[in-house]
Amino acid sequence: MSWVSKTLSSTLGQKVLMALTGLFLILFLVVHLAGNLQLLFPDGGESFNKYAANMANNPLIRVVSIGNFAFILIHVIYSIILTKRNKQSRPVAYAVTKPSTNSAWASRNMGILGTIILIFLLVHLKGFYYEIKFGSVPMASYDGEEYKDVFAIVANAYSNILYVAFYVVSMGFLAFHLSHGFASAFQTLGLNHVKYSPLIRKVGLGFSILIPALFALIPLVMFFQNQ
Amino acid sequence: MNLTLKIWRQKNSADKGALKEYKISNISEDMSFLEMLDVLNEELSEKGEDPVHFDHDCREGICGMCSLYIDGKPHGPQQTTTCQLHMRSFKDGDVITIEPWRAKSFPVLKDLVVDRSSFDRIIQAGGYVSVNTGGVPDANEIPISKSIADLAMDAAQCIGCGACVAACKNASAMLFTSAKISQLALLPQGQVERKIRAEKMVAQMDAEGFGACTNTGACEAECPKGISITNIARMNREYFSAIASSDNV
Amino acid sequence: MILDSKIPQGPLAEKWTKHKFNIKLVNPANKRKYDVIVVGTGLAGASAAASLAELGYNVKAFCFQDSPRRAHSIAAQGGINAAKNYQNDGDSVYRLFYDTIKGGDYRAREANVYRLAEVSVNIIDQCVAQGVPFAREYGGLLANRSFGGAQVSRTFYAKGQTGQQLLLGAYSALSRQVANGKVKLYPRTEMMDVVMIDGKARGIVTRNLVTGKIESHSAHAVLLCTGGYGNVFFLSTNAMGSNVTAAWRAHRKGAFFSNPSFTQIHPTCIPVSGDHQSKLTLMSESLRNDGRVWVPATVEIAEKLRKGQINANDIKEEDRDYYLERKYPSFGNLVPRDVASRNAKYVCDEGRGVNETGEAVFLDFRDAIKRDGRNVIEAKYGNLFDMYMQITGDNPYEVPMMIYPAVHYTMGGLWVDYNLMTTIPGLYALGEANFSDHGANRLGASALMQGLADGYFVIPYTIGDYLAQNSAERISTDHPDFKKTEQEVTQRLQKLLSIKGEKTVDYFHKKLGKIMWEYCGMARTAEGLSKAKAMIKELKKEFWTNVNVLGGNDELNLSLEKANRVSDFIELGELMVDDALHRNESCGGHFREEYQTPEGEALRDDENFAYVAAWEYKGEGQEEALNKEELVFENVKLTQRSYK
Ligand SMILES: Cc1cc2nc3c(=O)[nH]c(=O)nc-3n(C[C@H](O)[C@H](O)[C@H](O)COP(=O)(O)OP(=O)(O)OC[C@H]3O[C@@H](n4cnc5c(N)ncnc54)[C@H](O)[C@@H]3O)c2cc1C
Ligand code: HEM
Ligand code: SF4
Ligand code: FES
Repeated sequence: MSWVSKTLSSTLGQKVLMALTGLFLILFLVVHLAGNLQLLFPDGGESFNKYAANMANNPLIRVVSIGNFAFILIHVIYSIILTKRNKQSRPVAYAVTKPSTNSAWASRNMGILGTIILIFLLVHLKGFYYEIKFGSVPMASYDGEEYKDVFAIVANAYSNILYVAFYVVSMGFLAFHLSHGFASAFQTLGLNHVKYSPLIRKVGLGFSILIPALFALIPLVMFFQNQ
Repeated sequence: MNLTLKIWRQKNSADKGALKEYKISNISEDMSFLEMLDVLNEELSEKGEDPVHFDHDCREGICGMCSLYIDGKPHGPQQTTTCQLHMRSFKDGDVITIEPWRAKSFPVLKDLVVDRSSFDRIIQAGGYVSVNTGGVPDANEIPISKSIADLAMDAAQCIGCGACVAACKNASAMLFTSAKISQLALLPQGQVERKIRAEKMVAQMDAEGFGACTNTGACEAECPKGISITNIARMNREYFSAIASSDNV
Repeated sequence: MILDSKIPQGPLAEKWTKHKFNIKLVNPANKRKYDVIVVGTGLAGASAAASLAELGYNVKAFCFQDSPRRAHSIAAQGGINAAKNYQNDGDSVYRLFYDTIKGGDYRAREANVYRLAEVSVNIIDQCVAQGVPFAREYGGLLANRSFGGAQVSRTFYAKGQTGQQLLLGAYSALSRQVANGKVKLYPRTEMMDVVMIDGKARGIVTRNLVTGKIESHSAHAVLLCTGGYGNVFFLSTNAMGSNVTAAWRAHRKGAFFSNPSFTQIHPTCIPVSGDHQSKLTLMSESLRNDGRVWVPATVEIAEKLRKGQINANDIKEEDRDYYLERKYPSFGNLVPRDVASRNAKYVCDEGRGVNETGEAVFLDFRDAIKRDGRNVIEAKYGNLFDMYMQITGDNPYEVPMMIYPAVHYTMGGLWVDYNLMTTIPGLYALGEANFSDHGANRLGASALMQGLADGYFVIPYTIGDYLAQNSAERISTDHPDFKKTEQEVTQRLQKLLSIKGEKTVDYFHKKLGKIMWEYCGMARTAEGLSKAKAMIKELKKEFWTNVNVLGGNDELNLSLEKANRVSDFIELGELMVDDALHRNESCGGHFREEYQTPEGEALRDDENFAYVAAWEYKGEGQEEALNKEELVFENVKLTQRSYK
């Protein structure tokens, strides 16, 4: 085995991929959120639609988005490999356990949380990415230029209470995933230091609340605006 | 006090095993947990029943031989070794479930006794400084800052009990492995073999079938010697820098 | 038989160097043709196994624990001595030698002790090179502390876990040789007997503790590094598994057993709390630096205390008897171990003991806390106080600690010559298992030193001398003598299993322990010892007719393991009593009440007893024969100890 494949088959190597892809996804969440917040601009979706068009045409963004899919894929694949290995490491379960006395719930359920996020992602991609790319999209024109009216699709989706509820709940799970994942990624990368780790944990906690909350705010606001 | 014990009984590694219930009375709160089991075993022996087998030796909390997963926690409700756990942590009428450490890499030999030789093999993979006896420099020729020496000592205190593995939902041995890698990575004596040590010990840890780390922190919370997970972070650093820079292709 | 200690000629300081030059060597290419069995993986065994493997010998290492790292050396707290003189306080090899000889009450060999002091300095170098994290000063150099019986600071330590760190160092060296394929490990394997062929030790028979399989291992030499036998007292600070079996089996095969009655009783242990007690826990001796030892001045007050009618803190100053400070004004609470222990026994025998069982004295930190503040005391002893609290449930910051002496170390053991060879050719004994360099009393922090000296720096040289003179031809374990020994072992186990009596093994062990503690413990009398002898004989008979060992041989069987060990303890107990009875003097840890100074101090009889008693097994049911190795003191003057 070459050193690369050796590393990628070691638990530490696999974990580092989890951490790096996780951190990238975190970064992506920020960018994505920044874009999405434009949905709330009171301009009937103009800035959002322009932004969406820009994203679709910018070659750099396209590369990044392919990378993004790849990272999600890597993150998911290795999460399956690791979770499977971890399960196999204890073939006979304990009759009695008290895990809540020594660790946080989220940290022990990253697999479940991740799976829910994955389901959300699939629904999300089907509903927006797929529709926008391959479905029939109404058009809007600003200053004489034609834009896909992505805003309309989003607004339409967010008028469905079930859809909104699904969104909000999913963000809750994302929050839990991040509440552990954020700081955990730093620990995995070996970045643990008496001076900085407490800060990382605080930022992580703040991040894991703030970002999903803002994400969840968008469909909520749009839902009520629609009423 | 009077107690009900549910103890894992398993004749040998091939046997399936099951929890069995025992009643025990007149337990004094000054007894250690193992002394309580001694009492049970005396009673079983007198009745002609096979005593409950469990590992133990020093009964001072230092040899790391005692194990036992007591009521859902390795070494029981306190952050100490089972031999240092005293019955005053329990109360009359309690039902206590006692199980062996559970991990693929710690197969059960009998009842509560497990085979932890996987730990020895991890150390054999590189948990040492390769110096032969004799021919070493004077001890004071290697000055080491007190804070580094203290950090190394903190890591070196691991007693190899395996509670970290038992506590971890992944049965991961990262805390144990990282404690040794850290100790030697911190000290100047460990520098020469720093890279190869990290690579080999991690490889052995994986080969033994322990799980990976999800950073839940359960190991640290249950470790009777308070080994910190900062050691795991240090091991990760050591490993990555070794992988990236060693000439071991 | 004439005992030849093989002490080299010449001036004390040159003996070892000369000897190393004079003894024979095995050339490097031939070393791989020799196999060595090392039983025990404590400081002595692990260091020997690693060092011999490094030299090129093929080593097999055995221990009964599940890992070599768990040998009882792991439990040593205080530290290890070495004549480094890093503190510039006047230490030297000669001073360490002198302190050790004097501390041992002049019942050790000068040449061995000098060698021990000489190699002590190399031990520290070796351990540091291995990465043992000794305590350090801010400047980065090694720190030292002082220990009982010495006026210099020469003790190296790693927190309160020196034994652990040293053992893990030796274990790491051992592990490296396992990885190199030079050492094969046999954990959970108990040595059951030595195999003798043509008058030489050529192997051992073992029992696999998991499967019960009886197996033979052949080699050119066998090293017993099996630790001390303090568990003959049932309660001691030793680990539960510590035993005499390996040494005792060797003794029965012809290895002489020396000074078996020399036991060290440590004054500061946590007292027994009830019948269920399985072992005793040592509290570091350093506590006596600040704690004051006392009992109530009268039996009446003590009785009220025991009944729980009053608390220690209720007792007024004038009703407290700080008996050590009163009797030994200059040393006070810091008198040597044996003196402190004996005095605790005396006050408790008078009925002034302070716990329910009446066997405890106070060690009080009230005044120290008042003087230095709680923080200072906590910084010094915090972990010990925590440990005490964990075990007893009492808070020593608020109520005085209770302590009582407990068996801690056995100076006696297999007789060895200067090369560490027993009276059986090819059979060596190292560490606490040999009768060692501590005479009648061991100084604190010297056992770790001796174990590592034996393993790292003595045996690697001296074993070559023997092997070089013996052919490298291997003997198959099919040899009839192996088969015969295997059979003896199997029969013995069958016998134990077949008795099917009414009493558990622990019943006998506890009973033996009580006899030994009562009559062969801190203070002994001819009358008591004679009585003990008869009682042990009786106990032995009862054991072999009425013990109940459950289960079978072919499985993990704790009661069988214990039964086998206890049967050997019973025989050893008898010999200890013989030894204590024959030695009509008091010295070090051996205190015969008939022989004391008017002040109650040990009264040696150098004229008649300046020798090592080496007992020779004469067969089942026979009295053992006494052989004497006269001790010659050319360098030190024998003086009476005084701590007034
Ligand atoms: C609580 C405590 C504190 C101490 N503190 C200090 C201190 O501060 N400083 C100091 O210098 N000394 C101290 N001592 C003494 C010192 O620790 C011991 O004397 C020393 O460690 C003994 O080492 P050893 O290698 O001879 O034996 P051990 O470490 O006892 O090793 C014995 C080995 O033999 C094996 N064994 C035994 N019988 C068999 C058998 N039949 N078959 C196979 N294997 C067998 C065991 O498995 C083990 O590996 C202390 C002792 C105790 C109990
Ligand atoms: C936006 C989406 C996601 C983000 C930002 C994210 C982020 C992270 C981060 C930062 C970690 C910590 C890595 C570490 O411990 O080193 C992590 C762990 C994990 N993630 Fe995700 N993740 C996302 C989606 C997913 C998905 C879709 C899954 C899939 C099933 C998943 C499964 C897991 C699992 C199982 C772990 C724990 C792995 C382990 O340590 O054992 N995650 N994630
Ligand atoms: S790290 Fe802690 S829990 Fe794990 S083996 Fe070491 S002492 Fe035991
Ligand atoms: S028996 Fe040694 S640590 Fe518990």
